[in-house]
Formats: sequence, structure tokens, C-alpha cells
Amino acid sequence: MSAMQIVFILIAAATLGAAAMVVIARNMVHSALWLVATLFGVAVFYAILNAGFLAVAQVVIYIGAIAILMIFAIMLTRKVTGDMGPGLNPNWMWAALISAVMFGGIAWMLSSWQGFSSPLAALGSRDDSLQQLGMALVSPDYYVIPFEVASVLLLAALIGAIMVAWERK
Amino acid sequence: MGDPVTLIAQWLNGLLSGWGLAPGLVTLILIVIGVVVLATIALVIDIFMVWLERKFVARFQDRIGPNRLGPFGLVQPLADVIKLLIKEDITPFGADKIVYNIAPIMALATVLLLWAVLPFSATTYGTNLNVGVLYIVAVGAISTLGIIMAGWSSNNKYALIGAFRTVAQMVSYEVPMVIALLVPVILARSMGLKDIVDEQVIWFIVAAPIAAILVFVTNIAELGRAPFDLVEAESEIVAGFHIEYTGMKFGLFYAGELLHALTIGGIFSALFLGGWRGPGAETYPILGIFWFFLKMFFMYWVIAWVKYTFPRIRIDQMLNFNWKFLTPLALVVLVVTAILDKVLPHEPLWVYSLGMLAANLVIAWVTLQILRSRARKERQRVAEPGPIARPPEANPSTTQASTTPQV
Repeated sequence: MSAMQIVFILIAAATLGAAAMVVIARNMVHSALWLVATLFGVAVFYAILNAGFLAVAQVVIYIGAIAILMIFAIMLTRKVTGDMGPGLNPNWMWAALISAVMFGGIAWMLSSWQGFSSPLAALGSRDDSLQQLGMALVSPDYYVIPFEVASVLLLAALIGAIMVAWERK
Repeated sequence: MGDPVTLIAQWLNGLLSGWGLAPGLVTLILIVIGVVVLATIALVIDIFMVWLERKFVARFQDRIGPNRLGPFGLVQPLADVIKLLIKEDITPFGADKIVYNIAPIMALATVLLLWAVLPFSATTYGTNLNVGVLYIVAVGAISTLGIIMAGWSSNNKYALIGAFRTVAQMVSYEVPMVIALLVPVILARSMGLKDIVDEQVIWFIVAAPIAAILVFVTNIAELGRAPFDLVEAESEIVAGFHIEYTGMKFGLFYAGELLHALTIGGIFSALFLGGWRGPGAETYPILGIFWFFLKMFFMYWVIAWVKYTFPRIRIDQMLNFNWKFLTPLALVVLVVTAILDKVLPHEPLWVYSLGMLAANLVIAWVTLQILRSRARKERQRVAEPGPIARPPEANPSTTQASTTPQV
């Protein structure tokens, strides 16, 4: 077992543990903080895969914006920052069954995919990936139209938020 | 002889390889040694930052500052550290113990993370991350989390209000900061801080003065120092997020803030003031470290100057300033820089830089004109006589008084 595999297993265990704690923790703020830990674990995976840009973007967007807004929303909501009752409701058996079936199905599908067992191809120069990503996003041959459509969608959401919050005089 | 850091690294590399260690292990050991040395240097500087900060504030307030212990009071910070260490450690009733204790560690550790990308000289730097500028933003996001954790876990309403203000301030000021940070990235065509410094034959503050000011202002806001220290406004919310912390836990917040201010000075000088560039720095990289620290401490002094000169702004002014002034200005500067970068010739570098400078001056002039007309309207609005409070008509004894003009 190489050093990289040991690192991978440790981080995977930590990420999965944190993800389980998101659901198990009884205090909602604790859940949100465990979610931050989970998202950070995913960022570490990106870093291991030499995708530095994705790792940093993951931290900026998911931890810097989404998780912090989530914590903010929890803190602004009355009476949910304290400990809550049991985290399970009577349907937990069904949820566990469906999750197990889904996991089994996906694992079975992946085991028949050859990329699952073959080793990764070596990457070229590290610095290229960011430039390639940038070029692909604005190149007409690749993703310029999805990129622009996504911007329009975000702009529409922004204008919608302003219209909702706007106090007419 | 000009580059002792690389020489020591090579000597250690040879020594460890001579002991028969695997090359991968040698690299790992060298990296660990580098991290430990860099973090230790940063923290030792941090101890004396307390002394420096107190001397600065004393000078700005026409005092002498610490002057009793040792020459110029230099032993004072060590006494302060001992005092903080032996103070009683209080955990407030109802506090969330684990989160409460992690928060101060995060406040200081996130600042140390920033030192990983600072280019101290042409050959001495932690790492030349190809997303360095974005990395700085990401670390800033994690430091916000530390303050929120401190504010929430203290079980104190003032601490919680401080945490709310932190979110409002940091999330808002991140927008113009990220936009303004893109300007040096456009000029250097790289996000790595080392590459940005390498490109600055002419300092970027010449080509992008407005972006430099924007980055400086938004960084002070991210830092939460005066005039943006609403997070710990004494007159309103006692001490904000660190109200319940005592002893060394408070010390970690304080040390983190001081080191963050210095680090921001370093980031600013790497982005706009040429980093390690200075006379003789290219032939003798050790001189680059000297120039870098000189610029870093100069920018730290400017931050202290701002802190002890400006009064604290109100929270509505803080948000208006960000959304109605900094963000539009940053967007305009970014678009103009991107267009001019395609239009201007790159070959004689001074033509390119002066063209950028001229565009920046035009933007600054137009901004000032808009601000002036807005200010005129605002003054007129304030000068108009407002509605005068009159006593109720039903009361006969005051009816006589209310009819006389009271302007």
C-alpha cells in the first residue's frame, strides 16, 4: 500500500465520519459545522487529484458562502440552536432499506465499469489544467453557451431576489 | 552566498540522502522542516507585533508607549505572554465547550495558512500555488467561520451579535475584494503570487492604483479592524465575538488579528508593490527577503495609521459603502482593465503601464465628480428645514406658543 493510499483512506474515513455526524448530531449548529468538515474533506480529495482550482473553489463556494449562510440561517431561526429531540422518526427502517438498495445498485453498476479497476493515467504538467478550464469555458467549440446560460440564470435569480425584497413606495 | 535558504536546503538534502533515506522521504522531511521554521518565524514575529502595535498607537496618540521593561520596552510583550498564560481560564455557563475551544485556534491557524503562499524572495517561498489568489480568498472564508464559531459557542448575546455582524461584513466585502484581486491577475496572467511578483518589472500599483486601493480597503474590512471593527465595537456590543474569552484564548484572537494585519501587508506588497523586488534583490535573493519584509511592515504601519485615524463607521454606512461604492467601482475597473489589456501594446512596458495609469486616473476623476454631485444633493436634503414638532392643539395653554415660528 502506497503512502497516497493511506492518506486517501484516512481522509475518506474522516469525510464519511463527518458526513454521518451531520445527520446524527442533535444540535443543528453542530450539524452545520460537521457539514463544513465534510465539504473540506471533499476539497482535500480534489487537492489529492491535482485539481487545485476545484479544491479552492470548493472551499470558497461551499464553506465560504453556502455553509456560512446555512449557519447564519440556523442562528437567525428561533429555538433551533438548542438540542433537539431524537433524530430518528418511525420511517427510519424504510430510509435505511432504500439507501442500502441504492448503494448496492450503484456499486454493482460501477463494478462492471472498467474504469473502476484500471489505474489512473498519469497527469501532464500541473499548471495546464487551470488554463485549459478557462479556455474551455469561453471557447465557442466547448462550453461557452452553457456558461452564458448559467450566468443568465444566476442574473435572473439575483433580480428575482431584489424584486422580492424591494419595498415599493 | 546570496541565497542561504536554498544553500541550507541543498545541504540538508545532501546530508539526509547521505544517510540512505529514500528521496521521497527526504523531500517530505524538508517540507516539514520548512513549515515548522516558517510557522515559528511568523509566531515569534507575532509576539513582537504586540510591542510594535502598542508603540504605533502610542505615537499616533502622542504618547511614548511601553518603555519600562528592557530597552524601549522590548521585554514587555514577553511579560504580556506570561500574564496571558497564567490567567484564570473561564468557560462560561452554557457554552459549547468543544466549539468554544476550537474557535481561537482557528482564528490564529488560518492566518498561518496564508504564509504558505507569500513569496519572500525569488527563491524562498512556501509554494507557488497556481491558484494562489483564490487560495487567499478561501482561507479568508475559513477565518470567518472561526469568528462565527466563537460568537455562537460563547452563549452570550453580544458575542452572537458580533458573529452576525461578521457574516454581514465579510460576505459583503468579499465581493469587491475578489473582483479587485482579478486586476493584478489580468496584468500578470497568473494567479500564483510568485508569478505575479515575477511579472512586476514595473510595480502594479502604477498600472492599477484604484484596484490597489480597493484591495487595501476590502482587506481591512475582512480583517475587521477600524474603521470596520463593528465586529467588536466596544461602545455597542462590549467586545463582540471574543467577549467571553480569557487568558491565552483571548490572546490567540489578538495575536491572530495582529498577524493577519501583517500578512495582509505582505499580500498587498506581493500583489502591488513588487514583492521582493528592490535594488540588488535579483543577484542576491537574501536582499529580496529584506525588501519584502520592509514593504510588509510599511503596509502594516499604513493599516495601523488608518486604524488609529478613522472613527468607526455605522453598520448601514458599512453596507452602503460596500454595495453602492466599492462593488460598482471594482466592476468598472475590472472591465476597463480587461479591455485595455487587449488594446494597449505590451512591448514597451512603460507605455502599457502609463496607459493603464491614465485610464485609472480618468475613472478616479469621474468617480470623484459623481461623488461630489451626490454629496451636494445630500447636503441640500439635510439643509432643508425638517418637520417641526408641535404640541397637540387640544391643550389650550400651549396653543399660543405653537403658532409662533420656531425655526
